Amino acid sequence: MDLLIILLTLGLTFTTGSILEKNHFKKIREREIALVKKPVVSFGKKLTTNKKIKKVEFVTGEVVISGDYFKNFVSAFRNFFGGRMISFESLMDRARREAMLRMREKAKNADIIVNARLESTMLNTYKEANNQIPQVAAIAYGTAITYER
Amino acid sequence: MILTNIESVPGMKITGHYGMVSGSTVRAKNFVKDFGAGLKNMVGGELKSYTELLEDSRKEAIDRMKLQAEKVGANAIINVRFATSAITSGAAEVYAYGTAVKVQPIEG
Repeated sequence: MDLLIILLTLGLTFTTGSILEKNHFKKIREREIALVKKPVVSFGKKLTTNKKIKKVEFVTGEVVISGDYFKNFVSAFRNFFGGRMISFESLMDRARREAMLRMREKAKNADIIVNARLESTMLNTYKEANNQIPQVAAIAYGTAITYER
Repeated sequence: MILTNIESVPGMKITGHYGMVSGSTVRAKNFVKDFGAGLKNMVGGELKSYTELLEDSRKEAIDRMKLQAEKVGANAIINVRFATSAITSGAAEVYAYGTAVKVQPIEG
């Protein structure tokens, strides 16, 4: 009986998790294509420019994305045998790209975002209970610059 | 108050330094939302209530940092950075820090 419940939960969370992930990746790609002409760079700490500057703004974007029961379950095996944990790679990827996109969407009218940085943390990992389903929190931040025309 | 995370404010020159300023906040959601997030945690996807929590925390940390900078008489904060940590599940700390400076526009 217990096994049946576990199998059912696994089946259900596998379906929901993969549908949600697929849709999310699709949306991320669409939004990235829409923003392709707005550059984001991770340099510019010592920015020097001859252009006239209209506006300087600090922009951030944040998101919390959770893994699912199924991913957590299969990753336990992967952790045992070693190797790439593809299910968690996609989770981190989604969180970071989503945070980045939210930041860029806030700075839609700016010409460039310089010194973009990403910060991430896990919200759900204790040392005592390492069987928790991971939740990734990502913050993206940078300086949006608008030039005078 | 102008905030940047680069070492200058483009189009302005720095006339005074006031040292480092920082602001931090630890926030938690109520148990109802924690329960909802727990369910969402099983199926996967974005945890919207936690995203809001993170947004609020970030705003508050920045506000506290700004307040500190205003007190010392600065009008801009440069080189702003974030550090985050998870205290317990359902609570997040956001720490913002930067250097308070006085800037004025470059003429000509």
